[in-house]
Parts: sequence; structure tokens; C-alpha cells
Amino acid sequence: MSIVQGKQSPFVGGAPDQLFTPALPAKRASRDYAKATFTGWRRENGRVGVRNHVVILPLDDLSNAASEAVAAQVKGTLALPHAYGRLQFGEDLELFFRTLIGTGSNPNVAAVVVIGIEDQWTNRVVEGIAKTGKPVVGFGIEGHGDIATVAKASYAAKKFVQWATELPREEAPISDLWVSTKCGESDTTTGLSSCPAVGNMYDKLIPLGIYGVFGETTEITGAEHLARERAATPEIAEKWYAMWKAYQEDVIEAHKTNDLSDSQPTKGNIAGGLTTIEEKALGNLEKIGHNSKFLDALQPAEAPAKGPGLYFMDSSSAAAECVTLMAAAGYVVHTFPTGQGNVIGNPILPVIKISGNPRTIRTMGEHIDVDVSGVLRREMTISQAGDSLIDMIVRTANGRLTAAEALGHREFVITKLYRSA
Amino acid sequence: MTQSAGRDNEERIPHVLAHNSADNVAVTVIEGLSAGTTAFGVITETNAPFEVQVKEDIPIGHKVALKELKAGDTAIKYGQDVGRIVKDVAKGEHVHIHNLKTKRW
Repeated sequence: MSIVQGKQSPFVGGAPDQLFTPALPAKRASRDYAKATFTGWRRENGRVGVRNHVVILPLDDLSNAASEAVAAQVKGTLALPHAYGRLQFGEDLELFFRTLIGTGSNPNVAAVVVIGIEDQWTNRVVEGIAKTGKPVVGFGIEGHGDIATVAKASYAAKKFVQWATELPREEAPISDLWVSTKCGESDTTTGLSSCPAVGNMYDKLIPLGIYGVFGETTEITGAEHLARERAATPEIAEKWYAMWKAYQEDVIEAHKTNDLSDSQPTKGNIAGGLTTIEEKALGNLEKIGHNSKFLDALQPAEAPAKGPGLYFMDSSSAAAECVTLMAAAGYVVHTFPTGQGNVIGNPILPVIKISGNPRTIRTMGEHIDVDVSGVLRREMTISQAGDSLIDMIVRTANGRLTAAEALGHREFVITKLYRSA
Repeated sequence: MTQSAGRDNEERIPHVLAHNSADNVAVTVIEGLSAGTTAFGVITETNAPFEVQVKEDIPIGHKVALKELKAGDTAIKYGQDVGRIVKDVAKGEHVHIHNLKTKRW
């Protein structure tokens, strides 16, 4: 049955993308993705990016003003203001550096200007990013002040932008893509349609050599017995289970004031019909498909190091935190199923929204890149939904702005493990 | 669950979907499912059709009981345990936070 999309759209909440994007015909289900390519920028370390950002990266909260001043001065740069970087210590500090260095190292970033209040930690970030071979330079504010620092950093940023804007896109095999996933404002339709569509995409592309990642540690609760079975080896299963259990014991049991039913499921989840964490978790886990085993259980923001395949990352289920960590691990395209309409984006990682909820498509269509509501009407199979998503991944890699990019969503949210000293 | 043998089931747009044949709840997938409707359902894993008489208005995304459920029973969705029924539910009634709770935390 063909799917006629957009014809009845009343334009409430904006025109759904599908008005301009016809759904794929069923015959594409047999498409040979092994030969699929995209165009991107092959970086100095061999990784391929799909965006070409010149980032102005503040080391700490104090350096946001100077970083934003540089981004205002030099067009085509992107400042990433954030709230942290002072008096952190121990594992929390390590995660902070991993997040900043990983963000600058992401292949969607061509070059980086780091600005910090002092030189030492600024240089630690610069040296970390420099390992990729990409252009990076740092400036400390102390002893110079904001104005002189902004001037010096602006000269550097201008050179980087003019260099980066001349870099050509090159054709790359689809196996060069690193595709992350995390869902948000889920409801029962995500477990029926958009999450299985992501799983179908992984079932088709992971055998071809892409890297995948899922996370959301608390949101596996109720499906942990199923997740554990998906580890590639008993050792990885144990490592994963220890990670999941540690969160239950060290964070939830230590800090909860009730059964978490005021937070997880969220109020949006409950409005959408999800009742318990178990129900939410089972829908969530649909995103990893049926065939792939995960090769490692990564620390937050840790880059995968065991070759192509699926990974788990210990991460919050809060959308912006989780996606920021996945960007820092080196992923270049994100797939984000939503039911009730989470509007999240990320400054360097294009976030593709996929929804099967017909009400959300109708009322919030401008936020959705891929409409799989046909699955609920049985007009579209999960395999066809997966093909639609793969098609949008390739188009996004080739340069199409996602809904979140076009609407200016740049949520860059650093995960913090505990209070600063 | 009533098996419906209508020839047109392949073409019918479902009102509710269940994931697994063991499920005792199904998800409403249309807007405006109202009390008294004989809802047409499909089990997604097997493509098997069924019907359930809906006793309350149920919003899209919300669950309907496919069986009589007693307090203490386990709600089954995806063929898995999704929590404990805490208040008796008649077949066709709305299942949500007022009668289903997590077994965790």
C-alpha cells in the first residue's frame, strides 16, 4: 500500500518534512547498502565528518563570554558555552576533560580555538585535541583580560574558518559512518515504530562496518536481562551488568525519595501512555535491533576502541546529556526516536528525529525528520521504516540540515558526577 | 481476545496493537478511541488479528486491558513483565498509573 503523506496536513505546528520528502517505495527494502556512499570530510586521523564546524571551545564557565565574543566576531564559527570546568576533581574531572577533548576531536569539527581562564588546563584540552592532527590553538585569559584574548583568538579563528571553508567534501563508503542512538519523550508508539526502525537500521548497517552506540543506563531497568544477553562475550556482559547495577545502588538507592515514578518515566512519557520503567525500557531496547551484539560497555564519553560494531555507553537518559556524551565519543550522526516530541539538538552532531506518533507528526511536524506513523496503520513495515531512516541518515550526512539544526537547537550539556570541590 | 476471521483484516487500520501473543494489554494507536467501540487489534509479532470491546475513552498511546486483571497480577507487554496491577481492571478498561505500578525502585 502506498503512503500518501502530507495531503491532509493542516500545517498545525509547521509543515511536516514529508511534504517535501516522499516516503521510500517498498522496493527500496532490498537496497544493497554495501555500495551506498556519502560525502564528508576525511580528517587528519582518517575519520570522516559530515559537518565542518570551527569550534570556539571554552575551557570553563568563566571563558564563555570571550568564546561567544569570538564567535560573534568571526562568522562561521560555533561557540560551545557550558556551565563547568572549575574545581572539579577525580573521576568527575576526568569525564569533564574526556567530554571537552572528545567534542573538539569529533570529525564533524574541522578546527578548534580553546579559551580558558588559565593556561595549564587550557593546554591540556589543546594537547588532547591535537592528537587527532587537526588545527587547534588555545588562549588563557589571565594576565591579558577578555578584550586582548578575544582579539588574538579572533585572528586564529578567522584563519581556521577560511581554511576550513575551502576543504572539499569527498565520497566515502557508508561504513565510515558512526551512528549513535538515544530516544526521548518516548511513549508507547516509540516501542512500536520509531525504536524498532532504528533497530532495523542497525541490523542492516552494522554488518557493513559502521559503529553504533546506545546508552541510557537507568532506562534499561526492566529489560536488563535482555540487554545482558546482547553482550558479545560473558566478560562484556559482566562489565555491563556491573555498570547498570552500580547506578542502581550508588545513585538511585542513595538519593531516591520515592520509586522515581515522578521522574522516570517522565511526565511526558506518562502523558503518552507509558506507565512503568519496565515498559519504557522494553521499548527503549528495541533500538538495538535483533542481530548485533555489543562489543564493549563504554565509560561516559569514551571513544569505542574495539573496531566496528555496536557499543553500550554508561550515560544519563536525559537527552542533551546523553547526546553530548555520544558526540564526545566520536559519533557523527545521531538517530533520535521520539513519541511525544522531544525537540533536542546538538551543536556538532546532527540529530535526526524519527516519530511514529500521528498526533506528534500533526502538531509538531517541524521537529520531525522521518515519519514512520505508517507502521501503526500497518501501511509501512519496520523494514521500510528502517530504509526511510537510512535514507535520511545518508541525506543528513550529505549536508541536509536536520529539523533540530534548522531550528537552532544546540544543546551542549556536560554530565557532572558530583559536587565540585 | 476474540479472533476475528474477516477477510479484510489485512487492509484494516488497527485501533490497538499488542506486541506479543502473551500480552494482556494493548496500545491504542488511533486518536479518539471511544467507549463502546469494538476495537480491531493486531499482534505485531504474529500479525494475528483480535477484537476487544473498549469500555472507556482511551487516548492514543494509552493501554487497554485485553483480559480481566486482578490486583497483584503482572501486566505483560512485549511478552515481558511491565509491572504489577494494583487495582482490579475489567477487560476493555484503561490501564495506566492509576492501576499499574512498577516493581522496581
